[in-house]
Amino acid sequence: MKKVMLTSTLLITVTVVLVPFYWLAIAGTHSTGDIFGSPPPLLPGGHLLENLANLEEGIGFSRTVLNSLLISLIYTILSGAVCTLAGYGFAKYSFKGRELLFGLLMLGLVIPSQVTLVPLFKMMLALDWLNTYQAIVLPNLALPFGIFLMRQSMSALPDELLAAGRADGCGELRLFIRIVLPPMRPALAALGIYLFLYQWNDFVWPLIALRTKDAYTIPLAIASLQGATETDYGQILAGTAVAALPMAVLFLLLQRHFVSGLLAGAVKE
Amino acid sequence: MRLAPYLFVLPAVALFAIFKLYPIAWSFVLSLFRTDGALQTFAGTANYERLAGDPLFWTALRNTALIMVVQVPLMLGIAIALAVAFNSPLLKLKAFFRLGFFLPMVTGLVAYGILFGVLLNPQGGLVNWFLGLFGVPEIPWLTDTLWARIAVGLALTWHYTGYNAVIYLARLQALPQDHYDAASVDGAGAWRRFWHVTLPGLRPVLLLTVVMSTIGTLQLFDEPYVLTGGGPDNATLTLGMYLYMNGFRYFDFGYASAIAYALAVIIAILGIVQFKFLGDKS
Repeated sequence: MKKVMLTSTLLITVTVVLVPFYWLAIAGTHSTGDIFGSPPPLLPGGHLLENLANLEEGIGFSRTVLNSLLISLIYTILSGAVCTLAGYGFAKYSFKGRELLFGLLMLGLVIPSQVTLVPLFKMMLALDWLNTYQAIVLPNLALPFGIFLMRQSMSALPDELLAAGRADGCGELRLFIRIVLPPMRPALAALGIYLFLYQWNDFVWPLIALRTKDAYTIPLAIASLQGATETDYGQILAGTAVAALPMAVLFLLLQRHFVSGLLAGAVKE
Repeated sequence: MRLAPYLFVLPAVALFAIFKLYPIAWSFVLSLFRTDGALQTFAGTANYERLAGDPLFWTALRNTALIMVVQVPLMLGIAIALAVAFNSPLLKLKAFFRLGFFLPMVTGLVAYGILFGVLLNPQGGLVNWFLGLFGVPEIPWLTDTLWARIAVGLALTWHYTGYNAVIYLARLQALPQDHYDAASVDGAGAWRRFWHVTLPGLRPVLLLTVVMSTIGTLQLFDEPYVLTGGGPDNATLTLGMYLYMNGFRYFDFGYASAIAYALAVIIAILGIVQFKFLGDKS
């Protein structure tokens, strides 16, 4: 009896949580009139292509999607490299100034990012980098959480493995590539997904640094549509579906790596 | 060997110094200047004095505090309940539930802000339609000050609860089972076991999630920006939004920087207080 109660309570709750996803997938295939009709649409409609065509015509949506994809990919690769190198350095070497430097980087976890917005804007303006990919990618490459995560994962690597490699005459860089990275694959996968999601969904800084339509990323584009005088929700929700649903699918496919990888950092004290 | 560790951490440290530390220092300098168009004049603490007497700043601070006192504890309470349920041998379909509740976390803030705006639309939104089936009168989500706050709270709870629950669950699974066994032998009921074994065991991650939620709430920007625009009547204006408005709508960089520093100080103070109350005594 208890068993049934518990499971059914959670079943109802999780349905409430998941309805927005289902409805998002449905709503983008309808016209604005249908979306707010009574009763609201509960099954797919025939307006998806029209909504996407309107998005393309109105704001050049394919360019927007390409911007988001490229920025997120470049960011994931570069930041992944920076965080992994630093995480390894902090975890597996002892050197003068290690605690100080690591503490400094971790300060970034608690200092609100808003503190840097105005100076970063002025910096990008002076460099003439507004509306460029580098303006979005560069400032967050050294992501404190990413560095923290990699240091946690690298600490678990046995020192004997490294000592054996050095005894075989491996240089430090070769040691890193040949011996350290291969067993780190699950942690790297978690870091990669985290970084990609972070950049794909980032809003405030792109809102400030990307000021022309052809530089927009998806969140900026759909947010800008909402302010229009006659808001076309069919369009907006189709765009929102493109922003949100691929990430949900990606997450479901890779969740094993992602959740356990993230928790490795969070739960250890 | 001597140089190697420095080379490994150099890219991160250099990038951090250029794009974080330098702007942080610069921001403080900016906060001491008055901005008039392109002109900047040294103003000492004038921006901070203006802030202390600015009713909108206090409104934003009150709104933020309200979310922190009402929404955060509710959300973390639900998350603990979920984690205990996930950990219970009575529950079926565990993996499905864990995933289902975690999924909102991967949705971007803008995307779910827009989605909730449409779902909660007073006329013809899915939520009011559904409630209407049970005879509930039309709820003025987003247009009434109280309901707009509830709407922002609902959106936040939908997004972050599962994430916190998964963190708690991982901690619960790491707790030694013999504490529970000992408590059961002593004849402790479920409620007492929760109170004396589960909750104390959660303390370290409780601190982590409380601190994270506090920082997140103080920086809150995307959800109210997209969902309510800070309205109605500034009921959902947050510090993050007020900073953005001053910096990038009125281009008052000096004043925006002062708000940013006030924000940083508040976060630091709250962080210290939370460590005092929830941190390990050792």
